[in-house]
Amino acid sequence: MNGKNISGFGKLSLSLVFSFLYVPILILIAYSFNASKLVTVWGGFSKQWYTVLFNDDAVVSAFGLSLQIALLSSAMSVVLGILAGLVLARFGPFQSKSLFAGMITAPMVMPEVITGLSMLLLFVEMQQWFGFPAERGVLTIWVGHVTLCMAYVTVVIRSRLVEMDRSVEEAAMDLGARPLKIFFQITLPIIAPAIASSLLLAFTLSIDDLVITAFLSGPGSTTLPQLIFSRVRLGLNPEINALATITVLAVTVLVIGANRVMVKAELRRVRLAAAT
Amino acid sequence: MMNRLLSLRDSREAAARGARRSLRWQRALPRGRSLVTAVPYGWLLLFFLLPFLFVLQISFSEVEIASPPYRALVTRAEDALHIALNLGNFTYIFGDPLYFDAYLGSLRMAAVTTLICLLIGYPVAYTIARAPEAKRNTLLMLVMLPFWTSFLVRVYAWMGILDNEGLLNHLLLSLKLIDAPLALMHTQLSVQVVMVYAYLPFMILPLFSNLVKLDGRLLEAAADLGCKPWKSFLTVTLPLSKNGVIAGSMLVFIPAVGEFVIPELVGTPESLMIGKVLWMEFFDNNNWPMAAAVTIVMVALLLVPIVYLHKREEKSLARAAKH
Amino acid sequence: MKSFETNLAYSAGAHNAKPYLQIVDVVKKFGDHTAVDHLNLSITKNEIFALLGSSGCGKSTLLRMLAGMETPTSGKIILDGEDITHLAPYERPINMMFQSYALFPHMSVAKNIAFGLKQDGLPRGEIDERVEGMLELVQMKKYAHRKPFQLSGGQQQRVALARSLAKRPKLLLLDEPLGALDKKLRQQTQLELVNLIEQVGVTCIMVTHDQEEAMTMAGRIGIMSEGQLLQVATPGEIYEHPNCRFTAEFIGETNLFGGHVIEDEPDFVRVQSTELPRPVRIGHGITGTLGMPVWLSLRPERVGVTRRQPVSHGNWAAGTVSDIAYLGGFSIFHVRLDTGKVVKASVPATRWREEAAPIWDEPVFVSWADNDAVVLTQ
Repeated sequence: MNGKNISGFGKLSLSLVFSFLYVPILILIAYSFNASKLVTVWGGFSKQWYTVLFNDDAVVSAFGLSLQIALLSSAMSVVLGILAGLVLARFGPFQSKSLFAGMITAPMVMPEVITGLSMLLLFVEMQQWFGFPAERGVLTIWVGHVTLCMAYVTVVIRSRLVEMDRSVEEAAMDLGARPLKIFFQITLPIIAPAIASSLLLAFTLSIDDLVITAFLSGPGSTTLPQLIFSRVRLGLNPEINALATITVLAVTVLVIGANRVMVKAELRRVRLAAAT
Repeated sequence: MMNRLLSLRDSREAAARGARRSLRWQRALPRGRSLVTAVPYGWLLLFFLLPFLFVLQISFSEVEIASPPYRALVTRAEDALHIALNLGNFTYIFGDPLYFDAYLGSLRMAAVTTLICLLIGYPVAYTIARAPEAKRNTLLMLVMLPFWTSFLVRVYAWMGILDNEGLLNHLLLSLKLIDAPLALMHTQLSVQVVMVYAYLPFMILPLFSNLVKLDGRLLEAAADLGCKPWKSFLTVTLPLSKNGVIAGSMLVFIPAVGEFVIPELVGTPESLMIGKVLWMEFFDNNNWPMAAAVTIVMVALLLVPIVYLHKREEKSLARAAKH
Repeated sequence: MKSFETNLAYSAGAHNAKPYLQIVDVVKKFGDHTAVDHLNLSITKNEIFALLGSSGCGKSTLLRMLAGMETPTSGKIILDGEDITHLAPYERPINMMFQSYALFPHMSVAKNIAFGLKQDGLPRGEIDERVEGMLELVQMKKYAHRKPFQLSGGQQQRVALARSLAKRPKLLLLDEPLGALDKKLRQQTQLELVNLIEQVGVTCIMVTHDQEEAMTMAGRIGIMSEGQLLQVATPGEIYEHPNCRFTAEFIGETNLFGGHVIEDEPDFVRVQSTELPRPVRIGHGITGTLGMPVWLSLRPERVGVTRRQPVSHGNWAAGTVSDIAYLGGFSIFHVRLDTGKVVKASVPATRWREEAAPIWDEPVFVSWADNDAVVLTQ
């Protein structure tokens, strides 16, 4: 569909939704610079909450743990997701392929309390049977996040593989390249933008996850979302405003940057398609 | 004669070589493929499917003061196996109005959230899909940006607004629209507003990707045949976007049923949502069998929509693969 | 039957030279659907052969089996004495130019051409040399470092050709080679492509649904329908002497009349058709029996249109002009006979120098010579 201009009704609905989406976030950012301890009363401009935040050891160490888990689980989920995407998009039908496809989509929509609880019970049983994993912590959280993230990664990679022109791979095979070589020299470079965006997606999902983490974390491992949650439960807290502001800014920069790169890649793809 | 014999032998050898190579090829390829399949498949079987069997098992167990806090279903005593199936958790769930209300309340909350998201999301998705190509990407990114930011942060943002001492009450008071602060926080309304806020992008994205594929010439054809814009919307656009509507609704409804964070942070203590019940049974009451039983009933409720969504997505992917 | 004899002569010619590629009784089934049905074909070295058929006739499946993308359900493919039926695509000395060109979007023109050579592990110097040669051959030297999306359709086609020729394959496959180009460019490129292929001296099989492309480029054409080869012959032979109704109707335009043999002499036959007022005389004998049902194929350009009743022989009919399609150099007259049958006649503009062309509803006569109608027995 391509229209020429946005209608009046369209402009109205867009501006309403954008203010609905952004006003709460802007207020949140504004009050992170509030001098008053009362979050809802403006007491002048101050950067004190950022100082408090950076000196808060609990926050700093929780952030470190979250970052570590997010890097590890996004890397693994991208590997698994590419494999799963290949299976679903490129391999012919095999027995129980639909079960596989079903298990891929389910974690995406399944309420996280369900996924979290069931995985926890698995680990408890495993510990009783094999004594492993000995305790809940980074490893168990990592497994949970990988399972959640690989579903998203698979969906992104799979749809890219499905729309990719397969004759390019066939041409490589025709010119003497073996399947493994085709995958690394042809398929991977072509779907690289999709891989990058799914990596970003997996990273943000993992670093943001609270519910699955809550079930799978042990006493020694508190991630940033868990820390925020425990503080927010007690009420409004200007330090959290400061933390939220940093999160929002980081994500905005990351997403806009990634989007630019993707738009460029997309443009090239479109131009190629138009030229042929 | 000799030459002919030699060449014959050569070609035979070549053929045999070819056969050997092809055999190796045919053997090697499936092995590589089954390995590629086995890794993600095994992961999901172990970490996604198997856990549900344990949930099912433990839901038939009884709570015990032990670690882990449930009684094993199968015990060995005096060289005999004892299997104790306990249906108590389920009879409790179906008997106690607390659970029943929680399930009903969650389903209702999810349904209303889905409906509101659809009503807000459709015009937005439609507008973005019809926007000039240059603007489309930016607009879509603006819609999706909040989705990329932390879920907790987005919920927290509303806490400051909806708080009884919060900004909205301040604003209304200073505008003299109200005399006393309204009780906005910890109500059904606050849960509803935040639910819509959090789940809206899940509705807009599938709607957009469906609507953007709609051929604008269809609407021109409808107009050419004398169809008024709103009528061509009802008779052309809406039916053609059915798949997007269904996908978006499912993506909002299914996870919304089990939502925990929002009712926990902005919800009422009295009217519970089932995700919160599960959490409380597990973390506060330490009643793992009960939490497992609550999970099983929730999975049973959600299985049909999940399978339905999955089948639809598979079908549309298969169609995309054909083109 | 003349067409049969000439056919024999041509296939004998093909068999005299040693077959380079042999397709022996190949069958390909997809589930219940038989895409290629017990097909046999021999191709000699340095031949340009076109598989011509409408979409879904199995020609692309056959090509993909030659490339190794599909494996035959049964049958054998032998190239230069080697049975390649079960070789993987990357093990075959065969290269293909894909319909969409399938250029690697992330590689430059030179890298695209070098790709196949790298797979063979050739030394760098030789790769560079051969890439250089290929670029020169297709006149793309200037664009060596461009990416595919920076090229026009015609340039992309030349890169794709260079890439598939770079490995000096024993067999070159072209899948709808010019299908992605617009019509004007296509006509110009057809002969260019043939010249290049002949210059390199490679055996070539192309698949196309465009009869003009097949007739311009190929030495021999195979007409495919429902997984079978109906006729294999030179373009001229296929046009002038189709061996069945399908071929006659598929290649060019024709008028078909159903009938049966009423007189069968060694040097002529007569065919009676209910769609024509009088028996048609054919100036040669056929291998058939008296009374057998046949079809007559009469090309529009063989049909004359006159105002005066033709004399001498019986190959004529009276009718009225029901439609005229003016095409510049010639016009197509649709003449409705008294039997109701409409006969198409393609008449060159030069025919109407002495007299004015007939107009709509004008009574006219159509006529043809003894050897103009082709007798089809199937």
